[in-house]
Amino acid sequence: MSIAEAPPAEPESQARPQSAPPQERMITLKIRRFNPEHDTDPHWESYPVPFDPSDRLLDALNYVKWNLDGSLTFRRSCAHGICGSDAMRINGVNRLACKVLVKGLGDTILIEPIKGLPVEKDLIVNMEPFFEAYRAVQPYLISHGHEPTKERLQSATERARFDDTTKCILCAACTTSCPVFWNDGSYFGPAAIVNAHRFIFDSRDEGAEERMEVLNDREGVWRCRTTFNCTDACPRGIEVTKAIAEVKRALLFRRF
Amino acid sequence: MAKMPAGTLYRGREGMWSWVAHRITGVLIFFFLFAHVLDTALVRVSPNTYDKVLDLYKNPLINVMEVALVGGVLFHALNGLRITLVDFWAKGTRHQRAMLWIELAVFVVLMVPAAFFMLEHTFSRYFGS
Repeated sequence: MSIAEAPPAEPESQARPQSAPPQERMITLKIRRFNPEHDTDPHWESYPVPFDPSDRLLDALNYVKWNLDGSLTFRRSCAHGICGSDAMRINGVNRLACKVLVKGLGDTILIEPIKGLPVEKDLIVNMEPFFEAYRAVQPYLISHGHEPTKERLQSATERARFDDTTKCILCAACTTSCPVFWNDGSYFGPAAIVNAHRFIFDSRDEGAEERMEVLNDREGVWRCRTTFNCTDACPRGIEVTKAIAEVKRALLFRRF
Repeated sequence: MAKMPAGTLYRGREGMWSWVAHRITGVLIFFFLFAHVLDTALVRVSPNTYDKVLDLYKNPLINVMEVALVGGVLFHALNGLRITLVDFWAKGTRHQRAMLWIELAVFVVLMVPAAFFMLEHTFSRYFGS
């Protein structure tokens, strides 16, 4: 098979009319890859990707998977920052690939799996320890006594008390940005505390005591060192460190 | 279980680096206290040895280390106040970054004269007329 030859160069004058699109700009995705079937250690691989200022990083990752290397593995689902599947470490910080624009990230973008959870393959980590901590805080309404025959009423002020922490999508960007969590996987982590906060401060819920007991544990809220990495990482803009501080104060002063 | 990749350093912001500095200064202060308890305890062993050991402290290297110690204690103390406010003041978490900059400003304002007076002796001894 012969390789098709490039067409003869056009005369200089005709070559580039004023309206022609500018030369396509390329960027490089440097992805931390790991295939448990072949690799003993993760390694970096680079992929050239055409740059489009309106692209999200997820579009660039899809370009790699669909055009350059189909074996690249990552989670994504809704692509609109709601499902929380594609949290990853982008240029050193945790972000959702579907929310962050390629535009502000420079010519070489470093992409790694989130830290502190075991890597399964490429950008996919085992989320089980994360969800285990989530389940431990009993993230559902607990109420005793008779079921009411109508809705459980709540004032706007009572609802506003925990509004911030209802926004969590369980992407694990906060928990895996936490230096305490990296070094001590048994720490409940910011996400579990955020979801406990959502019920502890809900006037309709009666399980606060049980949850507080769980969070008063050695691996509970007191592990928090207020590094604010979680607050910076949250794609939903939840003030995570503030929520943790509120649970700490509630534990100290028994006021919730 | 799959290996945890080390990867790059997490690029945390002010909050993370102030925590790192707090840890480092804390450990340094702990080690200083260890040495300090030992040298002070020497006076019970023999006042002469104690004097000899303390004479060793009069060299310029130790002088610079003393300035570093004052800096470490000062940062740790100021940042400790900031963390206390983050923990107990309802608006503390929202103003943590501003509080860090104020803390660093106070640090510089106090450290410049402190370093000047502490190093003056060494300077005049080695570079003075």
